[in-house]
Amino acid sequence: MSALEPTKLDRPRASRDWSAADSGTAKSVAAALRRADLGDRLRSLALAAPLLVLLALSFGIPIILLLSRAVYDPTIANALPQTSQALRGWNGTGLPDDAAFLALAADLRSNQAKGTAYELAKSLNARLPGARSQVLKTVRQLEAAERPPLEVMKAVPFWSAPSTWPVIESGTHSVTSFYLLSALDLRWNADGGIERVPPEQAIFVQVFMRTFFVAAAVTLATLILGFPLAYLIASVPKGLAAILIVAVLLPFWTSILVRTAAWTVLLQKFGLVNDLLLWLGVADDRLDLMYSRIGLIIAMTHIQLPFTLLPIYSVMRTIQPSQMKAAYSLGAKPFTAFRRVYLPQVFPGVMAGCLLTFILCLGYYITPALIGGASDQLISNFIASYVNVELNWEMAAALSFILLVFTLALFGIFARILGLDRLKLV
Amino acid sequence: MIAEATALSAGSPAPAPDTDAGGQGFVEFVDVEKSYDGRTFAVTRLNLGVARGEFLTLLGPSGSGKTTTLNMLAGFERPTSGVITLEGRSVDRLPPYERNIGMVFQNYALFPHMSVEENVAFPLSVRKITKVDVASRVGRVLDMVRLRQFGDRRPAQLSGGQQQRVALARALVFEPSLVLMDEPLGALDKKLREHMQIEIKQLHTMLGVTIVYVTHDQSEALTMSDRVAVFNNGGIAQLGSPDDLYNTPQSSFVASFIGENNTLEGKVERIFGKECRVALDGGGSVTALAIGVAEGAACHVAIRPERLKLAPASNGANALAAKVDGRIYLGDHQRLLARLENGQVLTVKVGPEATMGDGESVTVSCTPNDCRAFPADAGTGGSISKTGE
Repeated sequence: MSALEPTKLDRPRASRDWSAADSGTAKSVAAALRRADLGDRLRSLALAAPLLVLLALSFGIPIILLLSRAVYDPTIANALPQTSQALRGWNGTGLPDDAAFLALAADLRSNQAKGTAYELAKSLNARLPGARSQVLKTVRQLEAAERPPLEVMKAVPFWSAPSTWPVIESGTHSVTSFYLLSALDLRWNADGGIERVPPEQAIFVQVFMRTFFVAAAVTLATLILGFPLAYLIASVPKGLAAILIVAVLLPFWTSILVRTAAWTVLLQKFGLVNDLLLWLGVADDRLDLMYSRIGLIIAMTHIQLPFTLLPIYSVMRTIQPSQMKAAYSLGAKPFTAFRRVYLPQVFPGVMAGCLLTFILCLGYYITPALIGGASDQLISNFIASYVNVELNWEMAAALSFILLVFTLALFGIFARILGLDRLKLV
Repeated sequence: MIAEATALSAGSPAPAPDTDAGGQGFVEFVDVEKSYDGRTFAVTRLNLGVARGEFLTLLGPSGSGKTTTLNMLAGFERPTSGVITLEGRSVDRLPPYERNIGMVFQNYALFPHMSVEENVAFPLSVRKITKVDVASRVGRVLDMVRLRQFGDRRPAQLSGGQQQRVALARALVFEPSLVLMDEPLGALDKKLREHMQIEIKQLHTMLGVTIVYVTHDQSEALTMSDRVAVFNNGGIAQLGSPDDLYNTPQSSFVASFIGENNTLEGKVERIFGKECRVALDGGGSVTALAIGVAEGAACHVAIRPERLKLAPASNGANALAAKVDGRIYLGDHQRLLARLENGQVLTVKVGPEATMGDGESVTVSCTPNDCRAFPADAGTGGSISKTGE
């Protein structure tokens, strides 16, 4: 009996609360709901915060900083403060006046004193091939001080060449389009217009084209090999499918370096592949598979196969067998049924797999370096060379930026054609 | 005796709406067998005829071979041995896309990337029919299933019942003379299923098309079919009209699979003519129709709940003393659980006004004609091998 009493007491109180809420504004209820929702949202954001911070610090900010070097290069401007000042009134044609020569001489000596002369020489050399040795030679002569600085400067023909001063002038501006244009084999001409660089200096357009060609060839090869295999895995019983999937993924769990090294063993002139081709009588002589385009495509196809296959497989798995049965029973011959019923349904998976492989191929570095010949180096190899060997990070950043723009544009086109929601990447 | 009768009825179809002259069925299965592994048979010695315009249902529990039979007819499976003929022609070498058979699948199998109209137009477009013709025929058949206004929707935007009607329209639009349906209503809820049963039945009557329908739902089979083939263990346990199957089941399996049945266990004491005396396990005895039982053998006596009366026996009827063990109220009637003195429990259908309480003594009676005694060992599979022999 007594246990019931609290409930009896509670009830009127509860109803009083509700009537209060009713008579009070509905707005306050909505506001309370919003507050509760906000709390939930903040809590979930707090849970994701460590990841977001990590991504920003290790991924977002470094990429932005590095890419910004493609257009922002203050090295020359910082190294040549007096020259910058002296060139302010120069009209950009012919040679500047002697004051500019003197300012440059002073800047060069102060750089030598600070120990930054080599850095300056390298930076100028990136924009003006051959500048490094001239700068270092001039610095040495200035330091010797056997003659007045102006005479030293005039004595070095490099400083009186018409092409030198415009480059120095453009270097005194921290923001530059020089590297981006170079990455596309373009440059400013004397009239202030953009022109192609002479054919013997042009290189990157060809490298980009090569990169896209290799990526497209590998994508096509993985599709031709992967589609039937995905179909097989999707149609066999579950146990066998699991074994086949493991067989596909097994190489996937090995380091890309190891797999590439394995291919160098297989593709050698006296390697297994050549032995086999000879034995089968397919080839009359040993083929140059190593250091060749075809060897590169073979190795990359092997590495990329799972990336193309898995999205296709995951879509195929969702297509019920009754779909094809229905098509047959309605009078469609096998090929018609495949083309009109099966293919349209696996198309998003095919697109996703191809896109994934294509984009990954654009960034291939180790495999072309080890298996490709001198003329098979892809854009990543050039970027790496600029970063590691030439120490020209501005050029590396410019090439990366162009590559990123191409990749995003491609992704945008795919997404536009297919709709991003239909792009079944997993 | 019974075995012969079953085999006979399986061979020559019973009178149907539009019987073909000469007993040659529209569809014939002759000694068809199907084995997937070479050792066990999914379908054994199947002989079945379907008359033109008939609504034949293949009814059975899962794994009984009904779907395999349907798939062989559709052309998705090839018989291991035996012949299937369609309009007198063997279809052995005919691929499914040349059989001109409409099929409706359990999961509808609508093409998700096509609109309703495109789905329905699919069988016409693969037949190279002109665009104008396609449009008018699609329109007509969509009107028939009352989905004209949903023509440009995707299947995913439709309800289950609407999707099923699209699948029907798609299977009918190319005017096949035979339509197969593989548990087409299995995914729908009870109300919708009953509604669709009527709709399919109406389409069948209206179009005069022959329908072979697979289901495991016995009430669905009874409602819709001209004839029902009850499958068990890869063969036909019994073939007949719905009331044949309900009122005169030929085996314990059919008796328990079709409708509700009480089963009493006992032993055959004596056979006299068509009837026999059965001594029930634990005491008591009943007189029942003898369906293939032998004297001295164990048997099952099947009695429908609605055939049992709560009244003292009139002359010749069986009477069993029992105590009420529970009463289930079902609105229009009630089910009374009556525990016999030997411990076996009978379900008795009584009127909604009955009020007896638990433990009350009652007398349950029924005529020998309403009791059917089957061999006990034939309960599940035994009857099938007998059917064939």
